[in-house]
Amino acid sequence: MNKKNIIIFATLIAISNLSFAAAKKSGLMNEYKAINNINNKASLQRGAKYFVNYCSGCHSLKYMRMSTLAKDLDIEEKIFSKNLIFSSKKIGETMTIAMKEADAEKWFGAAPPDLSLIARSKGANYVFAKLNTYYEDDESLTGYNNLAYPNTSMPNILANLQGGQKLILDSHNKPVKFNKVSIGSYSEKEYLQLTNDITNFLVYVAEPAKLKRYSMGFWVLMFIFLFTVIAYYTKKEFWKDVH
Amino acid sequence: MSEYNEKSEGTGVIGWVDARLPILSFIKNHLTHYYTPKNFNFWYFFGSLAFLILFLQIFTGIFLAMHYKPDAKLAFDSVEFIMRDVNLGWLIRYMHSTGASAFFIVVYLHMFRALMYGSFKKPRELIWLFGVFIYVALMAEAFMGYLLPWGQMSYWGAQVIINLFTTIPFVGPEIGIWIRGDFAISDPTLTRFYALHIVAVPMVILLLVILHLSALHTVGSNNPDGVEIKKNKDENGVPLDGIPFHPYYTVKDFVGIGVFLFLFAITVFYVPEMGGYFLEHANFIPANPLVTPDHIAPVWYFTPFYSILRAIPDPAYGALAMALSIVVLFFLPWIDSNPIKSIRYRSTLFKINLFVFVTGFLILGYLGVKSPTPLYNALALRFSEMYFIFFAFLYFYSYARASTYTFIYSGILIFLIAIYDILRINSDNYIMVLTGLALVCLFVLFMTLAPLYSNLNVEKEVPDRITG
Repeated sequence: MNKKNIIIFATLIAISNLSFAAAKKSGLMNEYKAINNINNKASLQRGAKYFVNYCSGCHSLKYMRMSTLAKDLDIEEKIFSKNLIFSSKKIGETMTIAMKEADAEKWFGAAPPDLSLIARSKGANYVFAKLNTYYEDDESLTGYNNLAYPNTSMPNILANLQGGQKLILDSHNKPVKFNKVSIGSYSEKEYLQLTNDITNFLVYVAEPAKLKRYSMGFWVLMFIFLFTVIAYYTKKEFWKDVH
Repeated sequence: MSEYNEKSEGTGVIGWVDARLPILSFIKNHLTHYYTPKNFNFWYFFGSLAFLILFLQIFTGIFLAMHYKPDAKLAFDSVEFIMRDVNLGWLIRYMHSTGASAFFIVVYLHMFRALMYGSFKKPRELIWLFGVFIYVALMAEAFMGYLLPWGQMSYWGAQVIINLFTTIPFVGPEIGIWIRGDFAISDPTLTRFYALHIVAVPMVILLLVILHLSALHTVGSNNPDGVEIKKNKDENGVPLDGIPFHPYYTVKDFVGIGVFLFLFAITVFYVPEMGGYFLEHANFIPANPLVTPDHIAPVWYFTPFYSILRAIPDPAYGALAMALSIVVLFFLPWIDSNPIKSIRYRSTLFKINLFVFVTGFLILGYLGVKSPTPLYNALALRFSEMYFIFFAFLYFYSYARASTYTFIYSGILIFLIAIYDILRINSDNYIMVLTGLALVCLFVLFMTLAPLYSNLNVEKEVPDRITG
């Protein structure tokens, strides 16, 4: 397995997983499992690039400070400012957007939510599935519906990358699979890679401390382990005379 | 109390201070010459661990209070600010949130220890009583603390709990407004919960802990054998089976602390959300009074009581049952008057009773995090009944009962259980109701009649001295 480029696979699970919260929607949803590795800096950097290009027009990351982002993703501040900031913002600011909530509600029906914590509140698989399960639906205002978020008012931004797909239902009206109806500029594998990078990036954004706590935890545990060993032998020594 | 006496004043700084403040005698009375049974086992770690966590919560809480903003508009953002921009803020916050759950785990194990070894029995009734008060104060503390992040679960969890108070007859709605400070949960609710969470309740808990420990040190610790070590003393008045708390149990408790901190650190650094049980996923969405979450589940440590609440469809009676399930704990020392303290010498029936109670409590906890279904509701009702029946049996096993008494007692219990089922039975639910009723009644019959027809209620002789 090539670790530098996360290989994406959507595992087909024939029997739907009962514990999965979205199981009530369909078994098809279970096929979308994001592969998260926030230590994969290349994936995070690509995810950040995709996010500012495709998502940040409407979605803010109001808790994400750009200087922290640059530092955590190993991007030099100058390069970051030049390539990833499209407004007059300073790098010490957070990634808010210019669009007003009231306007957004007027335009889209519902304001696009801030995505700082989406990967924590709804989970990485939800984000991954949302980006992959847009399908053509003539009854929808935008022409597209979504399996992860039925009747979403969000337009299918990535349609020309992914290409169009139609949802196939079985005789019980349960979703079975998607059928490609038009080709996008990305191959299927490339598109899964792209959406996984965005998901991975949002997992990082939801909790930047995750990068620190894994490595710090190791040393803390080592210290406590040593402390416990010493405490144990001290106890043994002191208790020698107790019968 | 020793009076000041110029002649007996010791030398040096310590002597000077000790003549004015009894530091040395305090250390002597409570550590170096405080005799504790030498046979404490695993279950005796949790008192000192609870003490440790209390100070951990106060310490981390102080640092959180430096950055947290108790304002409905700013609270959620300030928590995220702590998580992202405050140096090691995430660590402090995870320690605090994990600490809350750890506190309850440790306290539940501590209480289970008391049930196993009869540590609530004469002469330790007050220790138990203060302990239950601490437990109730802890629940209030945890509940109010959970509102502060101002997430969806904070908001709607608080909504559910405050609504319990509104079910009180006549004055309920007024009490609801009085608690909230508004007609709905809003900024005044948040600010008052903040004040109570960081000042009032912690002070009450600290005071209760002092009383809990003072009462403990007055009568001395119980032990796994349930034998009073003060009954067997040597010529110097030192208990034969006792060892000084310091250094023996201080060094031993450090081992317990080490193991605890290891598990604690694994949680803080690797699984702080604990799969949504320590930090609920929906609480990462800011509170929204207009959007009710699909499924409102309280944090895990409340779920057994939440199940009891939901077991009865009528909210007022459900709230009453839940309140009773906590109130009954206060009366435990007078419910169980069996002179044998430790489970080691009590009957098989007592062991079954305790085992069923603990299992039932865990199942109630599990049911409390699940969305209700007809089967789950039936189970919650039956295990709620088992929760109360535990105490009825404890009372029953206090003495050897005559056969007439046994039959009457058994009959009354079955009548009390059946009466509710008779009131609610109909053609739709009769299979579930009758099955559940039959199972509970069989259990009651077995537990009450077994002493008459078997030797399952035979108790062992308690030794004079502690064993092992």
